[in-house]
Amino acid sequence: MPEVTPISPSLATAAQRRFWRGLDELEGAAPREVPQDVVTFEPPRLARRAFLGVMAASAALAAGGCSRAPLETIVPYRNGPAQDGYGKPVFYASALERDGYAIGVLVETNMGRPTKIEGNPLHPASLGATDIFTQAAVLELWDPDRSTASLRNGAVDTWPRFVTELRERVIAAPDGDGIALLTETVTSPTLHDQIRTFLEGHPRARWHQYQPVNRDNVYDGSRLALGEAVEPVYRFGDAAVIVALDADIVGALPGAVRHARDIAVARRGATRPTIHAAEGSPSLTGALADRRLVIRTGEIAMLADALAAQIGGGESSAAQVGGAAGGAAQGGGAASGAPQVGGAASGVATAALGADARAWLDRVAADLAAHRGRAIVVAGDRQPAGVHARVHAINRALGNDALVATREPVAFDAGNQGDSLRALASDMRAGRVTTLVMLGGNPVYASPRDLDFGGALRKLPWSAHLALHADETSAASTWHVAAAHALESWGDARAFDGTVAIRQPAIAPLYDGHSAHEVVSVLVDGNPRPGHAIVRDFWQRRHPAGFDAFWDASLRDGIVRESAATSRASVLPAPSSAKRSAAPAVAASSALAAVPTAATTSAPPAAIATQATAAPSATTAAPAVRPASDPSSATGAIVVELVLAPDPTLGDGRHANNAWLQELPKPLTTLTWCNAAWISPRFAAAHELANEDIVELRTASATVRAPVWIMPGHADDAVTLHLGHGRTRAGRVGNGVGVDAWPLFDSATRAIVPGVALAKVDGRERLAAAQTHHRMEGRDLVRLVSREEAARCAGSGCTPAREREPTESLYPPFKYDGHRWGMSIDLDACNGCAACTIACQAENNIPVVGRDEVLRGREMHWIRIDRYYEGAPSAPRTLFQPVPCMQCEHAPCEEVCPVEASVHDTEGLNVQVYNRCVGTRFCSNNCPYKVRRFNFLQWVDRETESLKGQRNPNVTVRQRGVMEKCSYCLQRIARARQHAQTTGEPIADGDVVTACQAVCPTRAIRFGDLQDAQSDVVRARTSPRHYALLGELNTRPRTTYLARIAAKTEPKS
Amino acid sequence: MAAPPISRDIGVLHAGWGYASIGDKIADIVLTRPAHWGWRAAFVGTALATAIFLAAMAYLFIRGIGIWGVNIPVAWGFAIANCVWWIGIGHAGTFISAILLLLRQRWRTSINRFAEAMTLFAAGMAGLFPVLHLGRPWFLYWIAPYPNRMDLWPQWRSPLVWDFFAIGTYIVVSFLFWYMGLLPDLATLRDRAASRWKKIVFGLGALGWTGEARDWKRHRSAYLLIAGLATPLVVSVHSVVSLDFAIGNTPGYHSTIFPPYFVAGALFSGFAMVLTLAIPLRRVFRLYDFITEVHLDHAAKVMLATGTLLAYGYLAEIFTAFYSGDRFEIAMTVDRWVGAYAPVYWSMMFCNVVCPQILWFRKARRSAVLLFFLSLVVNLGMWMERVTIVVQSLHRDFMPSAWGIYIPTVWDWIFLIGSICCFAWLFLLFIRVLPSISISEMRALARESVEEKR
Repeated sequence: MPEVTPISPSLATAAQRRFWRGLDELEGAAPREVPQDVVTFEPPRLARRAFLGVMAASAALAAGGCSRAPLETIVPYRNGPAQDGYGKPVFYASALERDGYAIGVLVETNMGRPTKIEGNPLHPASLGATDIFTQAAVLELWDPDRSTASLRNGAVDTWPRFVTELRERVIAAPDGDGIALLTETVTSPTLHDQIRTFLEGHPRARWHQYQPVNRDNVYDGSRLALGEAVEPVYRFGDAAVIVALDADIVGALPGAVRHARDIAVARRGATRPTIHAAEGSPSLTGALADRRLVIRTGEIAMLADALAAQIGGGESSAAQVGGAAGGAAQGGGAASGAPQVGGAASGVATAALGADARAWLDRVAADLAAHRGRAIVVAGDRQPAGVHARVHAINRALGNDALVATREPVAFDAGNQGDSLRALASDMRAGRVTTLVMLGGNPVYASPRDLDFGGALRKLPWSAHLALHADETSAASTWHVAAAHALESWGDARAFDGTVAIRQPAIAPLYDGHSAHEVVSVLVDGNPRPGHAIVRDFWQRRHPAGFDAFWDASLRDGIVRESAATSRASVLPAPSSAKRSAAPAVAASSALAAVPTAATTSAPPAAIATQATAAPSATTAAPAVRPASDPSSATGAIVVELVLAPDPTLGDGRHANNAWLQELPKPLTTLTWCNAAWISPRFAAAHELANEDIVELRTASATVRAPVWIMPGHADDAVTLHLGHGRTRAGRVGNGVGVDAWPLFDSATRAIVPGVALAKVDGRERLAAAQTHHRMEGRDLVRLVSREEAARCAGSGCTPAREREPTESLYPPFKYDGHRWGMSIDLDACNGCAACTIACQAENNIPVVGRDEVLRGREMHWIRIDRYYEGAPSAPRTLFQPVPCMQCEHAPCEEVCPVEASVHDTEGLNVQVYNRCVGTRFCSNNCPYKVRRFNFLQWVDRETESLKGQRNPNVTVRQRGVMEKCSYCLQRIARARQHAQTTGEPIADGDVVTACQAVCPTRAIRFGDLQDAQSDVVRARTSPRHYALLGELNTRPRTTYLARIAAKTEPKS
Repeated sequence: MAAPPISRDIGVLHAGWGYASIGDKIADIVLTRPAHWGWRAAFVGTALATAIFLAAMAYLFIRGIGIWGVNIPVAWGFAIANCVWWIGIGHAGTFISAILLLLRQRWRTSINRFAEAMTLFAAGMAGLFPVLHLGRPWFLYWIAPYPNRMDLWPQWRSPLVWDFFAIGTYIVVSFLFWYMGLLPDLATLRDRAASRWKKIVFGLGALGWTGEARDWKRHRSAYLLIAGLATPLVVSVHSVVSLDFAIGNTPGYHSTIFPPYFVAGALFSGFAMVLTLAIPLRRVFRLYDFITEVHLDHAAKVMLATGTLLAYGYLAEIFTAFYSGDRFEIAMTVDRWVGAYAPVYWSMMFCNVVCPQILWFRKARRSAVLLFFLSLVVNLGMWMERVTIVVQSLHRDFMPSAWGIYIPTVWDWIFLIGSICCFAWLFLLFIRVLPSISISEMRALARESVEEKR
């Protein structure tokens, strides 16, 4: 029931807005309403003098007869909240989305400015941790390149005029004829409700969904296997065997952060799960796996067939396996189709596999058979629908239902988004669309280029694009509507398991930004309503009884309790989905209803013929590397399979203007500021390709040139190229960085493109890799302990890591009365996701330096993820090692600083006194770990106002010419100490959480007081796996490591 | 009163020189002789280069040291290598002035003055680079101990603080020593100068020297005293500079052989620079009777000796690395041979170890042309040695993940060449405004040559 009648939208929003603190609040659990005058204040973008100047100018203008009154009352922070927390950070529970899937967060605000994001411990997708994108969102908020105003045909225009135009267009088409709405994946119940209301009122309007990183294959696969689209939700924590078929469980799959945590917890437990991975493009999951098969991405389908055959062979479940897949393929009901598919086709598939693959397969099949009901097989999102269907069947056959729950898709109206976009494009070209409203996304850049969405868009009479940046799509639209950032606007979103989180803003919109909810509210009834009212009203309708308590609790906790229903049966009859299926006008649904067969859901019509004749199996979407019509065979070029994947740090390109993500060394390659064509070492040797050589990749329709990166563990005769680079209208940071791979992305072949011609061309392009040497050179840096050894030593006194405690020193030991901080990093848990690096960057005001400076070796990250390879380059073991400052007890840096800028503090930290540093850099030379970072130039942007808003006020912004390094988040220690001093309670274990520790999805990093025998970190140090990095140098580091548990490989010469 | 002595040929001074003719010969270079076009060209050229050097410094202070190629792990680059190189070059002057004086080596007499000037200028260049290399050079004074309200003092365990004192002391003592020796000559110039302002300038510089026996006596004692003071500095300066590295734990730095090895290298390069300067000097100003083959021969012998010590140092480093069995030391040594900087290492070996072997031959030691080019080669080699130590050791230390490479930028080269030009400019200036050979000591030598005969 709506309770507000909006007068002035922004004012009303602000007036009604209530902020609830998160759990980290120090004062207690009682939610407290923030006084109105606080929440309406303009963010402190204006310095005091500038502010006074503006006020004076406004007054002068008003006195001079200017008719326009200021839209909002500007109130300085002088009248701050009446609380004792002045100057302390305040946390708000909220949610951010990655590819539509929510992750619960706590937004830290300092004096009203969101500065840092932590995971929400109560949110199932987070459990307190986050991924890199979530960490970087705060920089996106303060991005100076964000749109500050809406644009109409490139000229600055206003939101009210947009509203007027849109309202007129909707009124002109009362039945919605010619109106199309394009959204990304919608997991917001409120937005879905709004859209449904709109479509009900305007039945001829069309709603299309397209997100470049989508789950079409997953949903189509489940339609094949189960007859309906479902979302698999995995419980990796309880699995004994995990089989990842081209699935990056811990890196890319929705819920990756949670998966990483579950797997890490399971690996620490008594029954350590075995992870088998088969993949062509190396991934974090492959690096984590106990056994990793290198196989071309396109051959995974055969592998799945063969695995299904082995699992089902000779048992009653065989019929079920084939039946499920085959039945759906014929468009019939589940388990009623042709049972022969399982046997015959997969026999063929097994024969076609290599010896490696067969050996892996035997091992996996045996492992799976031995752990029925306790195994999970997962297929990656880019694998065709048939593979997903197979995997469903395998999981069913093995009785893994308890671990692989299925539920209604998290995305609302989960149709095939590729088809949806294609339908929209053809409607646009056919003139059936006169009004197109695009909520987010960037389809002109990030869509199959054969659709020529940009061309179709430019021909439309009227289009509007809601986006944070005036990007490629905005440029082709009539209207660019400045969007409010997720941290500025109300909303809600579902997580991978369906849990809903309410997104509450942490700051009023910095610019004239509006949310998707507000735009759709115009569509619904012509009246823009404030986002807060929309979201609140929706949930009030859902929970009329005791709503206030429900709403307060939902905001405070950051999750809507009991909203996650993992069982499909319990979700399907829910009112919203019932209404949805009754609504005939949903274009995405209707498009799917028209093409229910297996082939067409996974591939466009052009491919049907070849697939139908290729094999009877449902999983043979694209196994062949060389199709019959090879466009390049005549030219003598090398033919490869091309895998187009979202970039590990830029996603589909939406993060291209985020300098933190651009400069974050990509896990596995450590490349920054570029993308590169990954090839295998063997392929490189065979075709005389070296790193940084340029190759030309040619499909039937497009040609792209990209530099080469030789990737150990990559499949032969295959190339992986990441999407998301080569933006032209991303902003100052992202424009022209890397190679745009989208032209190669065709709606027929999609992510796995067979038969791409590769040719070496002249030239080289330097690639900015943060790490240039990838072997350990026999040094004892990342230690491995075999599983047996670790088991034998657990509890007993033996130390497989062989650590000798050095005692000799010329200097007297330090005395500690209070605390003595230390850190322990579990290399067995670390999966190399790099979240710690970017969390540290956000927390500690670490600047970015840009591509050229990374090439010179001047990146500034305080904690880096070292990555080493071991074993044969074709199938190496990948080892990760996060390296922050070791905070040595005998710190080499301290002894050589001539001015005592590097000193030992009373709690054992090696602190760097920036004010005192003159920049001799001797400390860095003398640091064996090379964790010190130097401001060779003035890295920190001291000019751009908006970037100042992001900075942590408790961390010094460094000048050029000073050394800096990891401080163990000194400011957080200080905060805990101040709290202890004011309350009188001593600092307890866990009161100080460093930024890297907080963000770590696997809890690999532990931090605490070494004086406290009961602390987590001291207990970690009693592990037989405990060792000090380069301990033989007698630096006595207090950051120490726990060896990785892995079967040792024989050193190969 | 007997007639003033006329010198006999004693090897380090040829026959036929009396007090007046020595004075004329040396003072004329300063007072009357018109500037040679070659000198003018060189002077203008180096002055321009010096101006560029200063402009580059201004740019460096404005932008920051990021204009160089330094990075993490190679946080020290050419600046430190240049500093060590220059300070090494500066060694020969004091060695010649002080140690050879105390050892009563007569051959020092005609080369000590310009060698001391060379020392001063080289030490000046050396002192400049650590300042330029600082991230925040405007806070240089924090390295000095000075009373302040914060009660902050330098960190005495840091070799950089020792360095500050070592180089500072060295520059001060070298200057005093040089100036002390210059006093009688300034008086001579004052007396001979024609123009009034020259008389005033030289007169002020001469500090009221009258030439009385009392003056001479006190001058003699003071000179010997300062020589005694300067003598340990010859060893201490470069030893302390070497500790900047030896105290560090980086393989390639951390070596106990460094102090003697650095001192030997310093004398080696210093004598090379003496030859580089002496040979053109004697040719241009026709000083063959003062700077004779004997001088060249002696300097070459010192080079041979110190070069051999240096070669021993190289060998000992390699031996120690392998004998220690230390994985990191061995890796560093092998990297020197085959790694990214191997060309520099092998060139250094060629310049510093192979080339000087020709000095075993007396003929080579007395060939001015050959020695001149050899001295250039040795100085190049010594510079490469500094680069090898500073850069190569850092670029691959303990953690392979942090390995990197240092590629000098155009600015690195500008500062190196700029410092050489600035040094040359100062030296060119010096030989025209001050006596580049000690008049008084040459006169004494002439007298000695005669007395010796009796």
